[in-house]
Amino acid sequence: MPASFTIEELESWNERIFAAARSFGLDPYPQEFEICDHEQMLGYMVYSGMPSHYPHWSYGKNFEKLKTLYDYGVSGLPYEMVINSNPAIAYLMRDNSLLLQVLTIAHVFGHNDFFKNNFTFNSTRAEFTIETFKAHADRVRAYVEDPSIGLEKVERILDAAHALSLQCRRNLAIRKQTLEEALERRLEESRPSADPFQSIHRRREYIAPDLNRVPLYPEEDILLFIRDHNPHLGDWEKDLLTIVHEEAQYFIPQMETKIMNEGWASFWHKRILDTLELPQGMQIEFMVRHNQVLSPARGAINPYHLGIKIWEDIERRWDHPTPDDEREFGPRSKSGREKIFEVREVERDASFIRRYLTEDMIRELNLFEYQSRGGDQVVARVADGDNWRAIKETLIRNVGTGTVPVIKIEDADYNNNRVLFLRHHHDGRDLQLEYAEKTLRYLHLIWGREVVLGTEINGKPSLLSFSDDKLLIKPIH
Amino acid sequence: MDTVFRTYDPATAQRSDRSAGDRLRHREKVHEAIRHNIADIIAEESIIGKDRDRIIKVPIRGVKEYRFVYGENVPGVGQGGPGTQPGQVIGKGEEGGGAQQAGDRPGVDYYETDVSLEELIEMMFEDLELPFLERKHLRQMEVEHLYKRRGYRKKGIRIRLDKRRTAISRVKRKKAVQRADAFALRPQRFPFHKDDLTYRHTVTEIRRESNAVVVCIMDTSGSMDTMKRYLARSFFFLLYRFVCTKYQNVEIVFIAHHTEASEVSEDAFFHKGESGGTFISSGYRKALEIIDQRYHPSLWNVYVFHCSDGDNFESDNPAALQAAKEVAEVANLFGYGEIKPLGSGYYGSSMIQFFSQLEADNFQTVQIQRKEDIWPSFKGFLSRERAREDAA
Repeated sequence: MPASFTIEELESWNERIFAAARSFGLDPYPQEFEICDHEQMLGYMVYSGMPSHYPHWSYGKNFEKLKTLYDYGVSGLPYEMVINSNPAIAYLMRDNSLLLQVLTIAHVFGHNDFFKNNFTFNSTRAEFTIETFKAHADRVRAYVEDPSIGLEKVERILDAAHALSLQCRRNLAIRKQTLEEALERRLEESRPSADPFQSIHRRREYIAPDLNRVPLYPEEDILLFIRDHNPHLGDWEKDLLTIVHEEAQYFIPQMETKIMNEGWASFWHKRILDTLELPQGMQIEFMVRHNQVLSPARGAINPYHLGIKIWEDIERRWDHPTPDDEREFGPRSKSGREKIFEVREVERDASFIRRYLTEDMIRELNLFEYQSRGGDQVVARVADGDNWRAIKETLIRNVGTGTVPVIKIEDADYNNNRVLFLRHHHDGRDLQLEYAEKTLRYLHLIWGREVVLGTEINGKPSLLSFSDDKLLIKPIH
Repeated sequence: MDTVFRTYDPATAQRSDRSAGDRLRHREKVHEAIRHNIADIIAEESIIGKDRDRIIKVPIRGVKEYRFVYGENVPGVGQGGPGTQPGQVIGKGEEGGGAQQAGDRPGVDYYETDVSLEELIEMMFEDLELPFLERKHLRQMEVEHLYKRRGYRKKGIRIRLDKRRTAISRVKRKKAVQRADAFALRPQRFPFHKDDLTYRHTVTEIRRESNAVVVCIMDTSGSMDTMKRYLARSFFFLLYRFVCTKYQNVEIVFIAHHTEASEVSEDAFFHKGESGGTFISSGYRKALEIIDQRYHPSLWNVYVFHCSDGDNFESDNPAALQAAKEVAEVANLFGYGEIKPLGSGYYGSSMIQFFSQLEADNFQTVQIQRKEDIWPSFKGFLSRERAREDAA
């Protein structure tokens, strides 16, 4: 099928889009667009858009699933796929109409600007993205081809590492402290604080800190900890753990800013396309597509919709505050535009919603909280009275990495037996036990000895201990 | 201008099936998982006498990607309409109504995949450790020669041209011409004429001995659990396949019995669980009745196999023996298999000892304890087949 556009056309549209984006103040990385067909698009989706990625069966599984959904028309393909790298790379599907290409290009510049300027992405080192993934792929393939290692062994480690990859630090803008710093801090903390009345107070007793404890502070990067503290792992095994960890770290900012990012890109594609003075046919198609993408998902959350609503609300509240807004938030010093550019730099989904999703907005969007009861999802609260606060809290917990339980390693020598002790920081949400068991099995595999997880089950503190191929659940009294 | 457009290149697009290797590996893992539960699957699925291209949905475990995730008691947020009220049901369990993280939540305990029956049977053969040579026999139905040569015709297809007879008829014609026109005798060409061509003629013949019926009798007392059903089903399946390779028209009858017997479908046969006592004789009587009514031994080859865990009422034993004798008389092959998986305990009587009183050379008892026993006992069973001249 011949494409419905030429590259020259795209280039001239792109020139106008880029000029508009710049005039609005967007500041993207250089951008590359690649035209592909739907089969390639599925491939890119499965491998997170990376031109080169290491192999693992889970990607094959994902491909089959996406392809089935696509073939049966359950879900379409995304119009756009853009990866956070410098230059940013985006894929355009050749079967799409010219308007969709124009829309996608504008949308991509929004994402691109967000990648470059939002603080969570500072840690991703966009200029090395492609090379890093390529290097990972080459190394994994080399291990698979190494006759002394082979596919089975590599897969065993990768399966285990994938299961644990999201158990890592979430806020990458905070630098991880080194061992020396941790020691220093431990000593510092145990030292009695300066007391201006020490001449009349009894001298406080000095308790020497246990500096031999491993780890000194609870450790969230499970894969890295095991890599550094299990002496029985081979170099290639350590390398695989590192690779999976690095990939997870790369994707964490994207998980953390899904709503902001999609909302931001949608906000700007709308404004950019409005300046382009599209011919009438294209204008109508644009309205249709735009409304498709941004229609609220009944019974769920459409991040595009929620995101753009909040962005537009911020801009309005700063440009045209109502008397209520003035009373609640004080006088405005910035214009709406300035404010949203500031927000796009310094927030992530959780803080974005906490600060800028207002009570009125929650009511306007008809947000509700649901709970599963007897196999059904049942509406538990709607935004009446004071319920909006609870709904907002629930929403905040369900965005970004909020859906990943926080689990930290507390002791690598539990009971003086080199048992790995972890604690789940329970916030009212229980772990799914079958999944916990299987994941502990993986953890046991790479740690090599018993692992114990402290959590709560139905309100009772419990220990899940995995050793000798089985899980024991002990309530703590 | 910092933007680059890279054009579509059909050549790289065709080469770029990058996930092929990972898909293959995933497929392998699915198969591994199926093989792992083959006993459960075969025991649950109807496979005997089904079209082998049929696709069945098989539940599998073990190809999920596990992580630490929250359980079901976790609330989520969704967007509703103005009329959304507390207490309204917005979705069923896992799939519907989830917020955007719904995909991370654990789904049902397993997911289903499609496998063709052929693949499943192949895996069963592997599980039973069938010799390769035998597998081939059981998989392919040998086409019997049903075409017979019957005389010659002047018309036919080229492949059946009988050269010898064609040449002879030319010589005959030549001689006749020479006789009729003796004066015109001079050496000249005498080519084949189309009247010379002679073709072999064949007719389709329906052979009587291609009818066979497999009568599966099973004790459906409550103690027949999944493993026993798997063993029984595998055995019946092998028998059915074997009979299919020898006969063109094979029918299959399932008889379930406890104290009474009834003819059932395959599905009901393997899923029926009943309690109560066991009268083996009732199953045999029912078999005899069905054979007499529908599969008379003068027209049909009859294969009867009975699976039980061997716990029969004492009082029924003489009747069972008598009925078994009668079955042995009408059947080509009659077998009794006692399924007692290891560790199930030898409570109750074993019918094997009792049936040793039955002196018929086409009767065989087998004991199946493990799946490894199936193939040897199956071979032993077949060795007793009685050549039947009268059914031919």
